[in-house]
Amino acid sequence: MTTKHAEVEQRAPYVGRAVDRLDGPAKVTGAARYAAEHPYPNLAHAALVHATVARGRITAVDTAAALAVRGVIEVLTHENAPAMKPAPALSMLNPSTMASGTSVNYLATDEVHWNGQPVAVVVAETPEAARYAASLVRLTYQESPAEVDFAAAEPNAVPQKNNPLQSAGADKGDANAALAAAPVRVDLRFTTPPHSHNAIEPHATTAVWDGDDLTVHEGTQNIAWVRQHLAQRFDVPARRVRVLSPYVGGAFGGKTMIWAGTLLAVLAARATGRPVRLVLTREGVFHTVGGRTPSTQRVALGADADGRLTALIHTSVARTGRVGGGPEQITSASRHLYAAPNIHLRQNLVQLDLVANTVMRAPGESIGTFALESAMDELAWELGLDPIELRMRNEPANNPVDGKRFAHRMLREAYALGAERFGWKERDPRPGAMRDGRWLVGMGVATAYHPAWQLPAKVGVRLTADGTVVVRSSLHEMGMGAATAQAQIAADTLGVPMEAVRVEYGDSDLPPGPGAGGSGQTASAAAALLAASHKLKRSVFALARHAPDSPLRGRRLDRLEARDGGLYEGSAGETYAAILTRAGRDHLEAEAGPGMLGFAAKMLRDRRNWVKAASGAQFCEVRVDQDTGEVRVSRWVGVFDVGTVINTKTVAAQLRGGIVMGLGLALSEETLVDRRTGRVVNASLAENHVPVHADVPRIDVDWLGDPDPTMPLGLLGVGEVSITGVGAAVANAVRHATGRRILDLPITLDKLL
Amino acid sequence: MRPFDYVKPADVAAAVRAVATAPGAKFIGGGTNLVDLMREGIETPDTVVDLGGLPLDGVEELPDGGLRIGALVRNSALAADQRVRGRYPMLSQAILSGASAQLRNMATVGGNLLQRTRCPYFYDQAAACNKRAPGSGCDALDGFNRGHAVLGVSEQCIATHPSDMCVALAALDAVVEVESVRGTRRIPVADLHRLPGATPDVEFELAADQLITAVELPPVPVAANSRYRKVRDRASYAFALVSVAAALEVRDGAVTAARLALGGVAAKPWRAREAERLLVGGPASEESFGRAADAELAAATVRPGNAFKVALARATIVATLRDLTHGGSTA
Repeated sequence: MTTKHAEVEQRAPYVGRAVDRLDGPAKVTGAARYAAEHPYPNLAHAALVHATVARGRITAVDTAAALAVRGVIEVLTHENAPAMKPAPALSMLNPSTMASGTSVNYLATDEVHWNGQPVAVVVAETPEAARYAASLVRLTYQESPAEVDFAAAEPNAVPQKNNPLQSAGADKGDANAALAAAPVRVDLRFTTPPHSHNAIEPHATTAVWDGDDLTVHEGTQNIAWVRQHLAQRFDVPARRVRVLSPYVGGAFGGKTMIWAGTLLAVLAARATGRPVRLVLTREGVFHTVGGRTPSTQRVALGADADGRLTALIHTSVARTGRVGGGPEQITSASRHLYAAPNIHLRQNLVQLDLVANTVMRAPGESIGTFALESAMDELAWELGLDPIELRMRNEPANNPVDGKRFAHRMLREAYALGAERFGWKERDPRPGAMRDGRWLVGMGVATAYHPAWQLPAKVGVRLTADGTVVVRSSLHEMGMGAATAQAQIAADTLGVPMEAVRVEYGDSDLPPGPGAGGSGQTASAAAALLAASHKLKRSVFALARHAPDSPLRGRRLDRLEARDGGLYEGSAGETYAAILTRAGRDHLEAEAGPGMLGFAAKMLRDRRNWVKAASGAQFCEVRVDQDTGEVRVSRWVGVFDVGTVINTKTVAAQLRGGIVMGLGLALSEETLVDRRTGRVVNASLAENHVPVHADVPRIDVDWLGDPDPTMPLGLLGVGEVSITGVGAAVANAVRHATGRRILDLPITLDKLL
Repeated sequence: MRPFDYVKPADVAAAVRAVATAPGAKFIGGGTNLVDLMREGIETPDTVVDLGGLPLDGVEELPDGGLRIGALVRNSALAADQRVRGRYPMLSQAILSGASAQLRNMATVGGNLLQRTRCPYFYDQAAACNKRAPGSGCDALDGFNRGHAVLGVSEQCIATHPSDMCVALAALDAVVEVESVRGTRRIPVADLHRLPGATPDVEFELAADQLITAVELPPVPVAANSRYRKVRDRASYAFALVSVAAALEVRDGAVTAARLALGGVAAKPWRAREAERLLVGGPASEESFGRAADAELAAATVRPGNAFKVALARATIVATLRDLTHGGSTA
């Protein structure tokens, strides 16, 4: 991979540059059609009815008033809906079995498993009629006792089980004894609240049946999963299901699984024989799509007088739904960040009668780094040591829990560059010493960390006789520039101008792309794209090498350079167009990508040998109002080690976006779940406080740009790393400004009064 | 949304007649709150009487130096009015601290006065709420009540009035002019909103057929040195946890005139008359400001979620008066 990377870099006119997004013009002109914007003749509209109890059975259904609304076509409940197949059992051999948001077989059961579960679907001629009629469906319940209060259930958590992808804990040495013996220690208990997904595009599905052929327009992060899951639930072969998802209006993990809205749109279309569109209300997203688990965490650190860690303990409790959801890697960063000789990590879980939790930008690490990096900062205060210096003194040579090699580790460089850009040396270390009028000014740092993942992917590349290159893969373009990055890579590796490259994506008829998750889409697709391009060059060369009049005749492929739209050795060579035309071919095509078993074997081998991750240093300046405790972030610098950067423009936007989302996590976001009813109380964008523009300062991001030798093209992934560490950097800056350590997110002003 | 009839009257007289003859009718101004409530099924008017286009959108000088503001003046237009900015800075600041630019461009003065609470249990049909469904109970009492009222509450309801503009209007002794088929009435803004008591569903001293046509601001010389301070969970687009509208005149270190009203603490914009009484004649000092705030807040009734509001209100009052003492309007 090193060679390959070097090859591209040396003559890379596109990779590493700021390139405009290929999908930009379609989006700003409105030409881009999202899942809810596809017109169909005879299109009907669906709306969900949500349960109003946390657990129980439906004892009576009254749809008379709903059916009487003009324009209503059908009201589907468990009494009359056609049955879907139940959700499949989890199988490690078939990743699409992980696609179920919950295990509930909607409308095939009278059981209610959480407050907000869809229990009926109204189909009508207009969305207005469907929603109004949905409000008139009357359901009677027999309630059962439900467990919905995380704080009350938390003491009864049970240890999480290990699986091949996630370790639920780790032990090295005797951390408890080392902590007890440590001359300096901190032992802190943190809490973080639940968060809900709030992409600008609410989940939307347009479903069209033609016999047993199903077409679904759906904003998703995993086209292959949607296809396979729908085929399984509706009992048709996967090849009869086509999923179209060229534009996704934000996802962040919320469109990874298949949630009720998707299934019920397809079910409603099946039941009514009409194309059906279902757009979740904003409230519906809160009620039917999982979000980030709340957590309680303990971090205890023991150190010697010089600040060298002797003990690191990090334990956590998270929740899943009783009907779905999974654990998060909350203690993950504590496996990798500090050279402590004694380490104890343990993740625990409770199951509650709430909507299943799901992945949300850097699941685990985003809240885990809040606890770990806050505790490190507190230890620096205990020691009277600069918090960056404390981290440098504990920077490990190998992975702390097991001694594995780091594939790439540049935290020292990230901190050095960040400190310079931020002006860290201007910081007066005394708490409350820095002021700006009525504002107390504070500066804090924290480490960002996110594992680098690769996912199975296939990519096809087609070269046509007119010199056009078409990259084909069911990539997911959620706004981050995924397709643009692949076009840059294709242009460089085939030596053609970007204008000659077209990327076809977002369609299940294409070679299956990687899921957009784990920050791994670009690297995963790049690996297959590079392999496919190589195959393609071989095929092109095979056409030329024996052609009597080709300047490439008798040459060797490994001596040729792909440039100027063709293959060249020095000044000798010719264009792809010339080669294809001479050979009478209108196009050549190659596809590459690992099989599932080969991929899994390589991944496990890789994980035995290496620890791979993106990381970074977050620098935050806050202003805290001396009278009211209001916290405003006034400055941010983030320096990241994300390996190779393909597109400096979109990477900067992604890194900034993660930091903005982290500011919400730090200061304002919290989904309020009523402990009596399990109902989300603030299910709106007015009351669920994501950051607004006025909350976001100028954010300076930079990266080290050094490729990771073990990853395709040297890419470590940029989607998630920048949200990690943000919560702690803010909390640490608040600690510096006020002398107060806030252990409970979000850091609202009442906690500082 | 429940189907409804739509009426567009030609003049004010036709508007009030339209509502008087249709018991289930409601006026609509900018619709920034009513339409949301209709979507949620909280408001279910049979008829909506659209006031758009009626000639109630001017700001006029009054002979005494005050201003008469038409009920249909858009919030953004009022906030930008040079006379408002010069004579009543607290009012301009209050309006600009509310909602978003888009909402302020639509929202009218009359509609802003009649906003309904943002209590989440009021909005959720599945929750108990005495304001929405009298006698059903109040889920906020033992639920999430961080944003709820601490003054003038009852065991029936602890909702707050969400408006920023109204807090400034209450401090400025503004008067509302109301029109109905029965004639014209004038109601001080401070008396327009009711405390919950045993009937939290009755929110205004206004009959359903009465149309707000104008708001009159008397001359308030002290208001030239005034400000509105809003404390909230994010920098914009959030309702006040606590807000303070204050005006202060200080001569030789003593307070000679003061106006003070609080938002986010009660079911109505809370005119702090007890604090004003203590302030005037006293020294312009932090201690004196704190004593006045304490006196006003002495009657507070708190819940675990909103207990912090008492300390926050005190701190915000003191800070705002401190700023005004130093002549700073540094919003």
